[in-house]
Amino acid sequence: MNFKTKALTKSIWVFHFASASCNNCDIEILDALTPKFDLERFGILLIGSIRHADVMLVTGAVSHKGAVRLNRLYEQAPKPCLVVAVGCCACSMCIFRDSYNMAGPVDRLIPVHAYIPGCPPKPEAIIMGVVKLIKALRKG
Amino acid sequence: MAKTLFYFVVFPGFLFTALVGLLVSWIDRKVTARVQWRVGPPLLQPLYDFVKLLGKETIVPQAGSRLTFLLSPLLGLAAVTIVSTILWLAMTSPEVTFLGDLIVVIYLLTIPSISLIIGGFASGNPLASLGASREMKMILGYELPFILAIFTPVIKAHGVIRLGELLQYQWGNGIFLSSCSGFIAFVVAIICMQAKLALVPFDIPEAETEIIAGPYIEYSGAPLAVYKLTRWMMLFVVPIFLVVMFMGGIIFEGWHILWGILKYVLLLVLIILIRNTNPRLRIDQAIKFFWGPMTILAVLGIVLSFLGK
Repeated sequence: MNFKTKALTKSIWVFHFASASCNNCDIEILDALTPKFDLERFGILLIGSIRHADVMLVTGAVSHKGAVRLNRLYEQAPKPCLVVAVGCCACSMCIFRDSYNMAGPVDRLIPVHAYIPGCPPKPEAIIMGVVKLIKALRKG
Repeated sequence: MAKTLFYFVVFPGFLFTALVGLLVSWIDRKVTARVQWRVGPPLLQPLYDFVKLLGKETIVPQAGSRLTFLLSPLLGLAAVTIVSTILWLAMTSPEVTFLGDLIVVIYLLTIPSISLIIGGFASGNPLASLGASREMKMILGYELPFILAIFTPVIKAHGVIRLGELLQYQWGNGIFLSSCSGFIAFVVAIICMQAKLALVPFDIPEAETEIIAGPYIEYSGAPLAVYKLTRWMMLFVVPIFLVVMFMGGIIFEGWHILWGILKYVLLLVLIILIRNTNPRLRIDQAIKFFWGPMTILAVLGIVLSFLGK
């Protein structure tokens, strides 16, 4: 594993995008970033601008308005940028499968690198998803 | 020629300042974590951040001006490297300093903020422009009491403006901090330093919850890495400047080296603790604070130093 990928696994800056979510997943993401779980010891920081992001966390089944913005955000993120779908709605639209105003689960719009199911996933589950992503990155 | 290049690039110039800057930013994050009852990042975390940023794609916004956008981070880096070289050469061998280098240092210390303003305005993003304009207002605010506070040691040392002579005066007559006027000027200088380093309560330009990342918002990849490195180097260089001006610098013989490093670390921990215990000010509150109480205190310090206290 080359040095660039190693640095990427050791310093992950996370951008959070919530589109048409009920915000429970967003609250759980916020919980994962509080001092109780202390993700900064793994180099994970929450940042505000998409241009600084390494991982984009997407929650919620994406609405039509949100889909436009999600596509734009993914193009604005400097590559390599990984996308993580957090929560059932982002993974597969869950109970909103046949809804008229949703533009589909996240992987219909942008490539997704990790799925974290749950409604909402506990912070421990979110951390486990991130760890699995890092391990997959390290393997190549 | 080779010696000058060595001074500027290796020690005490770029490499030395960059490495110590990485260490100092780690100390900052670790102390912050400890104060918040957390564990905090490992020692090499700033290095990982820097290397990762170098490996990311650099995107130049279409509405921005390309050359200015890409070149402005380098201005700040160059300025802080030169300041660090001047300060450390003044401490290790005071006779190589030149007349007026104090003025050069004060002037060069504003350049990183100016390079941030230029970069913010070259981004073509309204939030970046807002952050850059806030940075401009901040400079107008804190530069006045900062320079007035710097007058106090100059007056006490009978009007010398050579860093080497200021250091030698302190080694002969006691550090400026031990006098009443020096103490007042030191307090003003610490608070102005907090604003110069853009730390809470004065991190108004990069107010994360208000204007996302302020002037840094469109930066990604290598230019962002250079900005971050400049910021970490400033966290190292500006307290060293204050140690030189008010606490007699670091004397390089025997136990005094340890005592000098301790002086710097105490100042650093003071900044970190102020940073962790205060909310952020609004820009108008900050300007009123700097042009009001701080300027009055700095003028009081000057008056006391004229009276000889």
